[in-house]
Formats: sequence, C-alpha cells, structure tokens
Amino acid sequence: MDGNGSAGHGGAARFPLPSEIADAAGAEGWRSMYPYFTRFQPEDDKRFWFYNSMHFPEPMPAFDTITAEIPYSAIGANTARVFVFPTTLGMEHRIVNGRVYITANPVTDPGEIGRRAAIFGERAGYYYENWDTLYQGWKTRIKGLIDEIASVSVPELPEFDDAAVVTGSTGVAQNHYVRENFHRCLDLFSMMWHHHTEFLMLGYGAYVVFFQFCKQAFPEISDQAVARMVAGIDVIMYRPDDELRNLARVAVEAGVDDLFTEGCSPSQVMAALADRGPGGKTWLAAFEQAREPWFNVSTGDGFYHHHRSWSDDLTVPFAALPRYVVQVRDGLLADRPTEALRVERERIAAEYRDLLGSEEERAAFDQMLGLCRVVFPYVEDHKFYCEHWFTTLFFGKIRKFGALLARFGVLAEAEDVFQLHHTEVDQALSDVMLAWAAGGTPLGAAHFQPIVAERKRMLEALRAWSPPPALGPVPEALNDPAVHMLWGVTQQTIEAWLRPDEGEIRGCGASSGIVEGPARVLTDVNQIGEIRDGEILVCPVTAPSWAPVFGKIKAAVSDIGGSMSHAAIVAREYGMPAVVGTGDATKRISTGQRVRVDGDRGIVQVLG
Amino acid sequence: MTGQPRFVLGLAGVGAADAARAGGKAAALGELARAGISVPRGYVITVAAFDLVMAALDPSGAIRGALGDVPADDLAAIARAAADLRARITAAPLPPEVGAEITSAYQQLGVTAVAVRSSATMEDSPEASFAGLQDSYLAVRGADAVLDRVRSCWASLYNDESVSYRRRRGTGEGGLAMGVVVQRMVSPRAAGVMFTRSPVTGDRSVVAIEGTWGLGSALVAGEVTPDSFTVSKVTGEITGRRVSAKLRAHSFAPNGQGISAQPMPTALRRSPCLTDDEARALALVGRQVEEHYGVPQDIEWALLGDSPGCPALRGDPADRIVLLQSRSETVWAARERPPVATPKPRASDHVLAWLEKAL
Repeated sequence: MDGNGSAGHGGAARFPLPSEIADAAGAEGWRSMYPYFTRFQPEDDKRFWFYNSMHFPEPMPAFDTITAEIPYSAIGANTARVFVFPTTLGMEHRIVNGRVYITANPVTDPGEIGRRAAIFGERAGYYYENWDTLYQGWKTRIKGLIDEIASVSVPELPEFDDAAVVTGSTGVAQNHYVRENFHRCLDLFSMMWHHHTEFLMLGYGAYVVFFQFCKQAFPEISDQAVARMVAGIDVIMYRPDDELRNLARVAVEAGVDDLFTEGCSPSQVMAALADRGPGGKTWLAAFEQAREPWFNVSTGDGFYHHHRSWSDDLTVPFAALPRYVVQVRDGLLADRPTEALRVERERIAAEYRDLLGSEEERAAFDQMLGLCRVVFPYVEDHKFYCEHWFTTLFFGKIRKFGALLARFGVLAEAEDVFQLHHTEVDQALSDVMLAWAAGGTPLGAAHFQPIVAERKRMLEALRAWSPPPALGPVPEALNDPAVHMLWGVTQQTIEAWLRPDEGEIRGCGASSGIVEGPARVLTDVNQIGEIRDGEILVCPVTAPSWAPVFGKIKAAVSDIGGSMSHAAIVAREYGMPAVVGTGDATKRISTGQRVRVDGDRGIVQVLG
Repeated sequence: MTGQPRFVLGLAGVGAADAARAGGKAAALGELARAGISVPRGYVITVAAFDLVMAALDPSGAIRGALGDVPADDLAAIARAAADLRARITAAPLPPEVGAEITSAYQQLGVTAVAVRSSATMEDSPEASFAGLQDSYLAVRGADAVLDRVRSCWASLYNDESVSYRRRRGTGEGGLAMGVVVQRMVSPRAAGVMFTRSPVTGDRSVVAIEGTWGLGSALVAGEVTPDSFTVSKVTGEITGRRVSAKLRAHSFAPNGQGISAQPMPTALRRSPCLTDDEARALALVGRQVEEHYGVPQDIEWALLGDSPGCPALRGDPADRIVLLQSRSETVWAARERPPVATPKPRASDHVLAWLEKAL
C-alpha cells in the first residue's frame, strides 16, 4: 500500500491520474472486454475516483460488468430522480485494467439542494412513514420477479419445433424466444436492481444517521456495538445455516447420519441416500424443501458469475453438515438463542441511552434507533432476495444460454458465455437463431472462441495488477453521503490511502485539537527558560515540575507517556493538543522546525 | 498508650465526609472500602497532627500568609519561600503523643513495608486536579522511617510546584492542611491508572486503562510508556489496545528502604501487562466505583501478584484487584457539551437534516 499518493501540481497530494495508469502487462487489450462508456476520459483526470473493492474485488469478466452497469443505473435513478436526495445524484463508474472505479456526483449549489430537499422530504417521508406496509409489498414484488426469472425458458432449438406451435396456432417459432427470453433475463435483472435500490439508500440513510449520532455521543464506541443495538434477531441470512442444522437433525433422526463424514462427496452421499430406503427418502425430501430457496445463497456477494451458490455446488453445505451431525449426536447442537439475543440487544441500547447527557438527547436517540429498527429488516434481508436468490437464478439462466451456444458450437463450453459482454451474447444468439432457421452453421466459433481464449488469458494477467485505492485529485471535502453511507469512505479513509510521508511521527493522541507552530526541543527541565510563547514543546517526558511551561506553549509532544501521563493530563487541563509516547520525537524534530500537532489522531507532522 | 487515639484513624473508619479531618486521599480510600472495593489495609494520620505541628512553628500564620502574597510569576521567590517553610517543617520536633500514636498504629498494622502518602485537604476536590503535586513514599520500613516520611509528606504541601500551582490558580494559603495515609505496601504484578471515561474524547461509555509491569510509580513518574486498553462499559469489548515497550519496572526489595527500577526481561517488555480478562475485570471495578460516586472517576489500581511481570495467577482476576486511589474526573466534567441531536417532529427528519449537514 506504500506510495499510493504522489505530489502533484503545486505540491498538493493526489492519487495517480486515470490517464497515468499503464495497461497491465500481458493484458494490453483489456479495453476490448468492456463497453466504451466504461472507459476513462481525459476530463476524468480532474475528478476523484475510488476503487470499488467492496463489490468488485476481482478483475471483471466481460459479462459480469452487467453487475456494475445495471446496479449503477438503478441506484442513481432511485437516488437522483425518484427520491431526489438533496445532496447527491448517482454514481459513475469506469473500468481500468479490469477494475471498477466509481465516483459520486454531489449536488453543491445551496439553491438546488433546497429545491431537492423539499421533494425529498415528501417522498422519503412517505416511505419512512409507511415502511412496513411498503416493505411487505416489496417482498411480494421481489418474489414475483424471482418466480419470473425462475420460469424463463431457454429454447432448446430441436430439429422440429413443438407441435403446439401449430395446434395452438401461436404463429411464433422458438428461435424468436432465444432473443426475447435472453432479453427477459436482462430486463428482470434490471428490475430486480431497481427494487434493490428502491429502499437501499433510505435504509442505509436511517442507519448512518443513528451511527453518526452514536459516534458523536460516544466517540469510542465500536461499529459493532452500534450495530448490535439495531440488529434484527430473526434475520433471513441466518436461515440457510439454520436449514443445514435442521438437515443434520433429520439425518440423525432418519438414521442416515453415518453417511455424513468429514470430506464426504456430495454426489456420493446423494447417491447412497437414494439407496437407503425410507430414511434416505425422508432426508432427501427435507433436503429438497430446504434447498429451495435457502440454498440459493452465493459463496460471494452476487457480483460474479463464478461465485456459485450452495445449490449450484453442494460442496460448501456438505462440508458443514458432518460437524453439525456430530453435534446433534452429542446433543450439543443448539438453536440460536433468539430470546437471549433480544434481551442483550435491549440491554445494550438501554445502557447507552442512560449514558447520554440529557433527556433531549435520549428522545432523539429513541427516534433514530426506532427508525433504524423499522428499516433494518429490509437492510438485512434484501441481500438474500436480490444478490443471492434472484442472482443465483439469473446466472443460472445465462449459463443455460451459454449451454445453447456451446451446443451450436459458437462457444467451446457453456461457462464461456461469461467472457462475452451481454451485447456480444446478443450477437452470438442471433447467429444461432439464424443458423437454426437457415439450416446452416453458426459463424461464431471462429469469431468468438479466440476472443474468449484471449480474455481468459487477460483476466489471469489482470489479477497480477494491484489497483490503487483511488485515482485523481484528493477532494477538498468528501461531501457525498452516498459514498460515506455505502462505502464508508471518509476524509480519514482518503488520508490513510495517501499514506503518511516521512515527516510524520505517530504517538498517542492524549489531548484533542490541532495546532501548528515552531518546535522547541528540550531534553532537560532546566532548559525551560528557553521556551518562548507560542512554541510547541517537544520533550522526552514531563513531570509535575514541567507544569509552569504549559502556560506558554501551544502543544506538547513527548517521547514517553500515555493518555494519562503528566503531559497528557496537564495538556487537557490547559485545553491544548498533546501527542505523547511518540518514541523518538525529540530526535526527529529540531528546535525551530514548524510542526503540526494533531491531538485527535496522535500525529505530529514536520512541516519544514 | 492509653485512651482513644487523637491523631490516628483506621482507613475503614473514614469516608467521603471526612476530607476535612483526614485529607482527600484518606477520605476517598475509606469511602472505597465502604463501597466494598478492595484497598490495602492502613490508617490515616489526621489533619489534627499537622495542625498541631504547624501551630507550633507558625502560630500566627504569618509565614504561610507571606507565601500567599508572592506573585505567581516570580518562580524564584516562590522557590525561596517554599524551601524555607519545608525546612522548618521537617526540622520541627514531633509532639510526643503524635509520634507515639503513629508508631503504635504502624506496629498494629503488622507489616514492615508501608506506603506513606500525602492526603491534602484540598487535594482531589472536584474543582482542582492536584495530581502528583504532593509527595508519597513507597516501601517505607520501620517506625522511625515512617515518622520521617510523615514529616516529608507534611512539608510537601509546600513543594515549589504546589505553591506555584496555587498562586497561578489564585488559591489562598489559609485553611490548607495535610493528612497522611499509611498503608500496607502491595507488590503488584502490574499497576496503573484508569479513567471511567475516555480522557481523550470524554466518551462516557468506555473505561480507559493504562498499566505497566510492577508498581504504578513507574508510570506516574513517566519512566515508561504504558500499555493502554480501552474497554466498553456496555459490551465489555476491548476497543483499543496499545502495547508499548516497557523497558523497566518499579518494585521494592524485601529489605531496605524505598523502591528501585529494574530493567524488564526482554521477553516481557512487549507483552501486554494485562490479559483481556484482567482489563475487563478492572473496567468492571471502575464502573462500580463510578456508580458509587455517580460521576466518572480517575483511579489508581494494582493487580496483585508475585513480582512485576509474573505470570497471571489463576482464578478470578477480580479477587486480585486493589485500588490505591479514586477521585472524580475533573477535566471533562467541567466542559459543557451541546446535545448531539434533539428530537424532531418526525423521526425521518433526522435523515434529511443529516443529508443537508453532510455538506
């Protein structure tokens, strides 16, 4: 992570500019994988971009760029156009060397913000006020989309079409449905993402507001503790694991538990179960029931086709089952202690509430926590419906279109479909539709197979490139709440990305505040007469005998000490910044140098 | 000795209301014991003894009054006047009944090594942070040494820094007095300080602990950079942890006066001086004290063991914690903090407000 930043024009720190990024060695042709609208433009050098490593931790296969294109199309629409967030429009994304970089478009004009705020207040207010009802409706709608994607058929293009086309006089042969149904999959994926982002920003908004409140009221509270006050108890994401535990119980009850041993192969176990009479049948029935929908849980986050679900690849659930089976046998498999968790959640919230400074604050805390708990079922559960359940089915359908292309020889194998952008898949399918109709041979093999091979090779090469965390100039203020809310990127994050330079000395921030001034390095208390008003004291350690100097200095820095050392205590009493326990500040700083003392973060910078 | 002692009280016999006659430190220790917190056994030489001595050497109060007239910025004059008064106190003969009571109490304590600690009447008041301005003596052995150190504690009320501090704050010299605490000397594995709120951010939901191997004097004297731990009062999480190179430790020899600093074995220097369980047990004690007083506390603690850095003893760490001092936190208590948020007509208005403020 060293050397991410560099000194740019005028000495201002910045990240590498997009135009400065060289093509990764061995993958110089990476642009051919992605559409033109994902390329960095010369004017993009003027903007701050950050690598979305949260969603896209790997180089993007060409098809998988749809998991950037469509979500950004949906989230921006909901944020900027539907709910009219006052201070933010949508996100823009670019791809370089296979990695997805994003930037937010903030609204900064106060008049514009005011105009948007009025609309936002009404629209967001409507959702917040009616959240439960709307969320119930959402679940119905998203399940409708899931049913629909599940029911999309991938035409098989047999030698002769189904007789029903004639007897039903449908008038449309099935090669037509190749394109229509492929497009239907894309359309449904888009609709799913619109649903996903319908509640997303509002949900996270409520959480971030509570989170910020807690961090201000309790600056040292852990993120974890805030989350525990809000967390739901019956969360859908626990359900797949609960189902596995239940299957372990069924295995023991049905007397087939001997089959679940460490390292067992899912296919062998399934085959053996089929031969185990009623016990095996009972288990298999329970398995099928659990599998739909609960095994539609991706081993990733639903952004890459190769993050397969449990249902696609039973290795993960079958690796967990033997351990649960042993626990059932030993009587050790317990359910999640939901009641105890609920009690603990209430205790934590009540104790933080009690520690607040006033009844006013407590009333605000109650409002924010209450709102969080209203929105949280969506925040916690939407991922199962969207990224896991729907997306597993979606990639499964695309894989079937890949199988069709492979069967017609356009692709070497079904999985290769993911090396094509969806517009290229469209072309390949047209090729097959035409060939089936004409009785000819698709021309795609010669066209696409070398492309696929080259892209697979490039993806491997792109893995070796380490993407900078950010590109472009450091923004003066990171003022987009979306970036903060969804990615947790703050000014501090950006500074950490830039990495400290040589002139930075770290210690314990013992008294808050930031000041700059000339340093006075004293190694002995007898030198205190040398101190001039407004200087920053840099010393090995202070004791009560140093107390008189604190009336003159602006800040204190010591080699030795903790937040309760003398220097720290006295500095706090005088309300001046202090950084203690730096180790070697007296050696690295000379009298007369200008230094900047940041007592909040425990950093001393030598300015020159 | 006959009759009730006039100048000595058992620590268990004093409480928060006794600061005027026992001094702040003794009152706080007695109060801790009453609250069920473990403190080393001991007694206090009351303010009456100090007053008796001072009445003999400065009957009109003129010497002390003159000290109160020295300008705050004339450090040289303060040093001259204070040194003179200290010399008078340490040279003054001890009234025989005072000496007899102190000696008798020391013998009844039944240990050889004791800590002799200043307990000024204004020390540790919520208004003033007098940390470390008066002297304390560790591992004092024998009745004669105790008597000497008691006089040194009295004299330390007139340390240059104490007088200078009072001049800067405009605190008068009248009505000042000093008790002296004599306690069994403990031999800790590790010791340090804790605040029942963050000293850095003022956060009331955490306990901030600093500690080092051996006696806490190494930390207070600034001779080591301590390990620091931040423990959530609510969840018990350890949210901050910084382990420092603790190059040396203070301990006291089985024989001989006072304490000495020894280098720590290399292997222990960078080992945390507290286990997570010990840090949590300390935080719990801190919380108990805070609840007793109703306000955040600034506490000195020790974790008993065989020697600095000895392996953690088995069993409940809470049984090995003793407190050496607790006083109300003063810095953050004096700061007004505006409410982080106030209620709004609709809960969702907080979101709108945040979005607008984010710019």
